[in-house]
Amino acid sequence: MSTLEHWLQRYNAGRDALPGAGVPWLDALREEAIMRFADEGWPSNRLESWRHTSLTLLEERSFAPASAPLAPETVLQRLRSDGEEAAGGHWLVFVDGRHAPALSELGALPAGAEIRALAEVLATHPEWVEAYFGTVEEGASPAALNAALAADGAFVRLARGVALDAPLHVVFIGGVRKGASLVRNLIVAEAGAEATIVEHYVGVDAAGDAQAGTPGTLTNAVTRIAAAQDARITHLKLQEEDRSTVHVAHIAAAQARGSVFASHSLSFGAQLARNDITTRFDGEGCEALLNGLFHVDGRRHVDHHTRIDHAQPRGTSREFYRGVLDGAGRGVFAGRILVAPGAVRTDAMQRADNLLLSPQAEADARPELEIYADDVKCAHGATVGQIDEDSLFYLRTRGLDEAHARNLLTYAFAAEVLERIGLASLKRRAQVAIRARLPGGELMEVL
Amino acid sequence: MLDIRNLHASVDGKPILRGLDLHVGTGEVHAIMGPNGSGKSTLAQVLAGRDSFTVDDGSVSWDGVDLLAMPTEERARAGLFLAFQYPVEIPGVSNAYFLKAAVNAVRRHRGEPEYDAMDFLKRVKAEMKAVDMREEFLYRSVNEGFSGGEKKRNEVLQMALLEPRLAVLDETDSGLDIDALRTVADGVNRLRSPERSMIVITHYQRLLDYIVPDQVHVLSHGRIVRSGGRELAHELEERGYGWIDEAQATLAQGAAS
Repeated sequence: MSTLEHWLQRYNAGRDALPGAGVPWLDALREEAIMRFADEGWPSNRLESWRHTSLTLLEERSFAPASAPLAPETVLQRLRSDGEEAAGGHWLVFVDGRHAPALSELGALPAGAEIRALAEVLATHPEWVEAYFGTVEEGASPAALNAALAADGAFVRLARGVALDAPLHVVFIGGVRKGASLVRNLIVAEAGAEATIVEHYVGVDAAGDAQAGTPGTLTNAVTRIAAAQDARITHLKLQEEDRSTVHVAHIAAAQARGSVFASHSLSFGAQLARNDITTRFDGEGCEALLNGLFHVDGRRHVDHHTRIDHAQPRGTSREFYRGVLDGAGRGVFAGRILVAPGAVRTDAMQRADNLLLSPQAEADARPELEIYADDVKCAHGATVGQIDEDSLFYLRTRGLDEAHARNLLTYAFAAEVLERIGLASLKRRAQVAIRARLPGGELMEVL
Repeated sequence: MLDIRNLHASVDGKPILRGLDLHVGTGEVHAIMGPNGSGKSTLAQVLAGRDSFTVDDGSVSWDGVDLLAMPTEERARAGLFLAFQYPVEIPGVSNAYFLKAAVNAVRRHRGEPEYDAMDFLKRVKAEMKAVDMREEFLYRSVNEGFSGGEKKRNEVLQMALLEPRLAVLDETDSGLDIDALRTVADGVNRLRSPERSMIVITHYQRLLDYIVPDQVHVLSHGRIVRSGGRELAHELEERGYGWIDEAQATLAQGAAS
């Protein structure tokens, strides 16, 4: 059975059981979305923006359920004990893409803050999400499959001026029964609202790489963020899924006048991870920070495609991506910056730097600037390099052995990205995560 | 204690040191002067074990041990310290972490207990005071954004913490104004001791007004061409390096004919 038939069958058999089934606009959108996916299939490297990352491997995968070595409770406990303030914050937890109320702990929320599972909202208040759910055309074909089949996710709505006191942690524990999880998160910040939202993607099986033809896990996630005037949204995504997982995600923000959006994408796990991160300035004077770090080893593959759409004047964007590539890992970064006609006094800066730890590792960094306005400042730079020999020698002349010196320089390269994470507790959590991945990282103290 | 014999070294097949002989006794301070390109920095780098230089011939014996056979970090742990002409900036690594890792690597080697965070901070703050460095430099990335003088002070600070038996100071005076030079020189002089030898490499005599050497050597075309007392430095200051090159040329001509 080809994979497309698998998904069509899954849709046909399950559509009436999807949350919100029977809501006319949602039924129509899902119907059109599955048709788009059936028409396009998984993206292959014949498409320019998927040149380095083909998902056709998904056609050979069954995603049949199997048993799991770690209980989700254990995984969550580990996650919550990582940071100093881990006990605090608001926790919304999903297991294999389904809300797990017993594991969630939202705590007290300020008045005007609505945080719920999307399935619940679709069933009870579909009108809340109609304007924010997204369209069939948005993103690549996996986003369409998501629109057709996503059954759950986080729904966050902050009324005018409401600030979330502590981060909201949305945890997706995947791979418990293997198979595919399709989740959709909708974040709606009304004028002047503020929040920090962390999406964790974690697995239950840290062992073995996936073999072709064996059951695996697919995560297909879409996060849509609507930031109204002067809203401030910080979004941090920490992807630490099992090495047998394929992770495909789209984060799409739309920003109104004067809003500030910060995205931190830390991609450390999965066999293959593709992240499309986009934001559009729909009003004047918007700010965006797109900050990212990935690590690949073995035969793992991480691809970030970003797009910043300076559609209005006086927008500022800063973009920093770093990759650490070991083994025969592959990393891709493509950063598109669009400056629309009339978007004067745009100030955009992009950097992409890659550190190769092995001769078999491969990195592609591609800036794409399209500028149709005058009076703009746009700068970009990309590097692919190895450990700096001068730095290595300097450290060794101070008595550090070569391995320690290399690991230290590698960790420092990665950790610099984390300096841009404003919240100390999140920064520490990210440091712990990167130390667990890098060679010798467990010996590093916080620098 | 340090015995360099007939040392030949090259980079990318280009010879730089061509038969260098030097003997530095325990507790002595030797200055090496010479024009640009004479091989001063190459000597420093070869002694520290930089592998981009190839040692083609000769030997370096350090208290009877073959220095050239040791990897860079083992030389450092055994008590060799190189103060860099251009200290390297290492973004993302705090000076505090770096200094503690270095000191503990050396202490481990000596069989001394490693410093914990408290002991280390006490020690490092005392040493920083001595070289007039503010404590904020502990928490900044190694040398990143430091001025020329701050970088050199950081080198002297490392030297004080690592307590080497042999210190090689490579153009420690370059890029320093007179006040910074005095501070750095004071820091070095404080570390002079009967157990500690020093090789002070400089282009200018000025530094030697502050760090007074026991012996002065003139390096030219990869060899020591003259050695003498401190008065030799003054002679060089007055006459420049031109006469050395002329003398060398005459020598070479004599050898050819």
